[in-house]
Amino acid sequence: MKLKIPELSLVVLIGPSGSGKSTFGRKHFLPTEILSSDFCRGLVSDDENNQAATNAAFEVLHYIAGKRLAAGKLTVIDATNVQAEARKPLVALARDYHCLPVAIVLDLPERLCQDRNRGRSERTFGPHVIRQQSQQLRKSLRNLQVEGFRHVHVLASPEEIDAATIEREPLWNNRKSDHGPFDIIGDIHGCFDETKALLERLGYVVDVTTTGERTIAAKPPGNRKAVFVGDLVDRGPNTPDVLRLVMGMVEAGTALCVPGNHDVKLLRKLRGKDVQITHGLAESLAQLDREPAAFREKTAAFIDDLVSHYVLDDNGLVVAHAGMKETMQGRGSGKVREFALYGETTGETDEFGLPVRNNWAAEYRGPSMVVYGHTPVPAPEWLNNTINIDTGCVFGGKLTALRYPEKELVSVPAGAMYAKPAKPFHPAEFQTQALSPQQAHDDLLDLADVIGKRIVTTRLHHNVTIREENAIAALEVMSRFAANPKWLIYLPPTMSPPETSQEGSLLEHPAQAFAYFRHEGIPQVLCEEKHMGSRVVVVLCRNEDAARRRFGIVSESGICVTRTGRRFFEDLAFETELLAHLREALDRSESWKEFDTDWVCLDCELMPWSAKAQELVKRQYAAVGAASGAALRDSVETLKTAAARGADVASLLERSVERASLAEKYVTAYRGYCWPVKTLADIKLAPFHVLATEGKTYFDKNHLWHMSAISRFCKGSKILIETGFIEVNVTDEASEQAGIRWWEELTSRGGEGMVVKPLDFVARGRRGVAQPAVKCRGPEYLRIIYGPDYSIPANLSRLRSRGLGAKRSLAMREFALGVEGLERFVRNEPLRRVHECVFGVLALESEPVDPRL
Amino acid sequence: MLLTITTSTFPATDLGFLLHKNPARAQSFDLSFGKAHVFYPEAAEQRCTAALLLEIDPIGLVRGKPGSGEGHSLDQYVNDRPYVASSFLSVAIAQIFGSALAGRSKERPELASKPLKLEATLSVIPCRGGEAFLRSLFEPLGYRVSVEPHSLDPTFPEWGDSVYFTLHLQGTRMLQELLSHLYVLVPVLDNSKHYWVGEDEVEKLLRHGEGWLAGHPEKDAIARRYLKHRRDLCRDALSRLVDDDLEELESTRENQARQEAGLEEKIRLHDHRMGAVVAVLREVGAKSVMDLGCGEGRLLRDLLADKTFERVLGMDVSHRALEFASDKLKLERMPDIQKARLQLIQGSLTYRDKRLEGFDAAALIEVVEHLDPGRLDAFERVLFEHAKPRFVVLTTPNSDYNVKFETLPAGQFRHKDHRFEWSRVDFRAWAERVASRAGYQVRILPVGPEDAVVGAPTQMAVFSR
Repeated sequence: MKLKIPELSLVVLIGPSGSGKSTFGRKHFLPTEILSSDFCRGLVSDDENNQAATNAAFEVLHYIAGKRLAAGKLTVIDATNVQAEARKPLVALARDYHCLPVAIVLDLPERLCQDRNRGRSERTFGPHVIRQQSQQLRKSLRNLQVEGFRHVHVLASPEEIDAATIEREPLWNNRKSDHGPFDIIGDIHGCFDETKALLERLGYVVDVTTTGERTIAAKPPGNRKAVFVGDLVDRGPNTPDVLRLVMGMVEAGTALCVPGNHDVKLLRKLRGKDVQITHGLAESLAQLDREPAAFREKTAAFIDDLVSHYVLDDNGLVVAHAGMKETMQGRGSGKVREFALYGETTGETDEFGLPVRNNWAAEYRGPSMVVYGHTPVPAPEWLNNTINIDTGCVFGGKLTALRYPEKELVSVPAGAMYAKPAKPFHPAEFQTQALSPQQAHDDLLDLADVIGKRIVTTRLHHNVTIREENAIAALEVMSRFAANPKWLIYLPPTMSPPETSQEGSLLEHPAQAFAYFRHEGIPQVLCEEKHMGSRVVVVLCRNEDAARRRFGIVSESGICVTRTGRRFFEDLAFETELLAHLREALDRSESWKEFDTDWVCLDCELMPWSAKAQELVKRQYAAVGAASGAALRDSVETLKTAAARGADVASLLERSVERASLAEKYVTAYRGYCWPVKTLADIKLAPFHVLATEGKTYFDKNHLWHMSAISRFCKGSKILIETGFIEVNVTDEASEQAGIRWWEELTSRGGEGMVVKPLDFVARGRRGVAQPAVKCRGPEYLRIIYGPDYSIPANLSRLRSRGLGAKRSLAMREFALGVEGLERFVRNEPLRRVHECVFGVLALESEPVDPRL
Repeated sequence: MLLTITTSTFPATDLGFLLHKNPARAQSFDLSFGKAHVFYPEAAEQRCTAALLLEIDPIGLVRGKPGSGEGHSLDQYVNDRPYVASSFLSVAIAQIFGSALAGRSKERPELASKPLKLEATLSVIPCRGGEAFLRSLFEPLGYRVSVEPHSLDPTFPEWGDSVYFTLHLQGTRMLQELLSHLYVLVPVLDNSKHYWVGEDEVEKLLRHGEGWLAGHPEKDAIARRYLKHRRDLCRDALSRLVDDDLEELESTRENQARQEAGLEEKIRLHDHRMGAVVAVLREVGAKSVMDLGCGEGRLLRDLLADKTFERVLGMDVSHRALEFASDKLKLERMPDIQKARLQLIQGSLTYRDKRLEGFDAAALIEVVEHLDPGRLDAFERVLFEHAKPRFVVLTTPNSDYNVKFETLPAGQFRHKDHRFEWSRVDFRAWAERVASRAGYQVRILPVGPEDAVVGAPTQMAVFSR
């Protein structure tokens, strides 16, 4: 006997002790699918037969079952389940997770169960227990359907049990293997002419046969398929032809259709139910009255067969009339059907007397795109990967289709206003509304999307884990200091130095940086001058209008942020001035046109260092300089006096003299990066990456491209400076030598050093993506990082043992997150998806890593 | 780091006997943090100078110490420690001049208890309280004090002076006294210690302060700073993110009470605020209350003390503040029945948060002024549109009142982390706009003694719906 059960169901095994439930379960289900009450008793009490532990055991069992059902996993309950009270919470559990409860009853003669139990030493209870269970089972049998079990299978003999096989059936809504491509069409409401016109716009050939029985066929272009979101009927002028077309296409397999609330109401009327003839039902009935009875019967059967919603294209797409929340997708229950037809309401009514809808889309976090209709909107707008394409054709709006996977909207205007809407769907506020629904929604991010341990999936580096304690630190910094999250589309990654040089008086040398890339199998690198200033990410819009349109920010036109997401300038006038200068530069070079954009995101270094880090320079660097200078000067003087009177302090004196000179070098080193900033002219901005413009990121362009794109708009500016660079082939000795000389020359002039990048922005190394950049700092710059005395050989030898693993791993994860966030942004994903990455970079930055690296 | 001690009491070379260090020889000593050298730049009977030079090993300081992997801000690695007089000097004095510090001398026992004409020079000593504080420590002990301040960087005169001084002391004291004074006061000036402060530090302070500390006018400051606890490791994760803002953070955290309360102390404003807020919460009959920006939990404590508040939630963006609150409220030892009423969570006022829904009332005491004006919009929506408590009690400084604070320069905020301070007019306008937008009623009340012209120091808005 074949027992058919839905692929996602809660299977409740029912039978007295000794009826063979566990054996049956083991035979037909995965061990992990079965939750046994005995096992749970064992979990909580170390004794599978401890009846005193029953309550606790069932709490555990229900809890695990809930987790499994939430995850969409079939679950089997192996317990006697002979009492209605025991089954009730299971039925409720199945309902909570919108899956079907299935009863499989093992109804064996009591005697057989008694015999089996006697053979089991661990079962100590008397025969009366099984007698009682058998009686309870008998009583239960006729009520199982009423209790809510949609599928009840009774196996009444050992032979039947042996012969039984289980067949798991997909739910009707499961069309995951159908990959389309699809043309999803909004609420039609009897507007046949517009439907025909829209289908033709989409490339369908619509054929109306008028001879004989009237039929309407539509042949799709290629292997495309239409998906109707329901509400085919009511209000409009030609419901019968709409039905004819859709029924024909569904029958021909060229369309799918989900039911709308109007369709279902028509069905009830056609089936003789007492319904109110309102909201345009009268029109449908009058039009259908002119059709033969058989057509009405066919219509009723068609609507009756419609499935509440469809899950298509490997979960990529969900179509339902009024939308579908994530927890209900692909599930089947009365509630799911209700949601598909009517959505959710809050219980309140608005000023037009209509129920207030709960905005499920605002809460939506699911990975599947949800396309729906039901509520007329002036224009379809994306919100959290959902879109309502009911553009009110019957109310004189448009009939709209969404092409999937292209995400392209196609619409045709209504021929007339066939019905008057109960509430204007062109609300006056819409005309003046500055922000899109997504942008308005994104004004506020949800804490639940950032706190706790999080795993972010990135294209470059798989999953990046954000630990809870780092998220805690990031939340504080983000909340107290960061700029408006809508501006924060990218934070730069940290950068690792090369392996430590083991020769001479150097800690870092280009040879190791070149060796790293050679080792990764990357021959071509670009060495870029490392500017010693402060990192700044600039987002620049062409004007305020562009900022509003693309970033959803009103009355601003750009921002400069630090590597931790703070506004770079406290003085906003300064920021405005710098942005204006940059804007002019892009105007002058016609870069807007070149990039076909009205905004740009640039990765830059801003000089002088002291412009942003003034307090740090004073508190840390200048303080050490002042203390060491004064202390060593006095020590040297005193030692000289002592030496003069013959004290044996020669080696101490010599050491102190050397240290005094190192202290001076230390001061010289940081001084070079400081100068006073009074006006914009005192600032230098060196952009080195064009990160993104409208619809594009530039991680696929090599660094020569970036240098040349930047060079074009830096020309003629006194503030924007180009970055010096040299190409090096790390498999060519001479080329490497040239790179090393270039570095020596840079650093001898007081430069910080250079950054060695693989020629390609994203370069694959031996194991996954290679470091996007390796910094190689000059010996004098390192003095301010490692301290005045670091170059004394005894110190240097100790400093050489430094571990790079943590820093490299951090750089890689931050790079992956940064790229991911920006790519999400240019794909127009909701802000929380971008923010997740940006927040992640900030959180990772709080991981403990040697700050001198 | 260099300390010189000079005497001109004849025969000055007896200094060698007192210090137990022969003026004819230069000596070196290994210490845990580096090397110490003792030598005599002059050694005549009229005048004799002993020098103690410390060579502190900066790399050794952070390497090879248990827990040294914990700290990760750059100032752990590059700092003034190798160059300045700090608790390292105290340790060196105790180890190298131990008997002199104890007032013993084998060869010249009578000299050890005799006042001598002494001079001492410290090069250099950090003093964050400035020259005035330096003088206030040494002058009451009978020294003539002269100080030489050092500029941060002569190339940038606009940066001003550093915290470092070369200090000269002159006075007629027993050598043992001079060394004790230095032993105690050098770490006090430096205001940090290189080692964990434990119980025995109190004993050391009492031992070395015997006979002079009790009568010192600055004895409270000396004791507090001498026993300063090592800086908390918890702060490190945060400091990595906000390196240039450490001081600011510190002031918002630990010194918040001090900085703001310093101004407001005389009028006990904080008590007024707590009283006023609790009074309003009682009056409106709130059963569940959240304290948003609860800080160290002062309001929470008051709320817990009153059983009519059945459910109390404290939220702060700072995890550290919550740890403080948890400590202060003795959460660990709180009876279950009381603990069940309280919840402490980290959260933010600029992110929507479901956990904040369903409360009767929210209190925000001196919180809103810590938000950037650009983020106020998000804050308003989080609180009034999503959390939607029936009542909101919000206090903020009244900037009109600032003229009454004599020590507060005009135009400056009461606290470094304040992003704005509202006048009474500004506050009313904001509160009324928010209320009308979100469907609340609002009334505004003064908190603290009211002045006829500038109003009360704090203003409070009570929103209800």
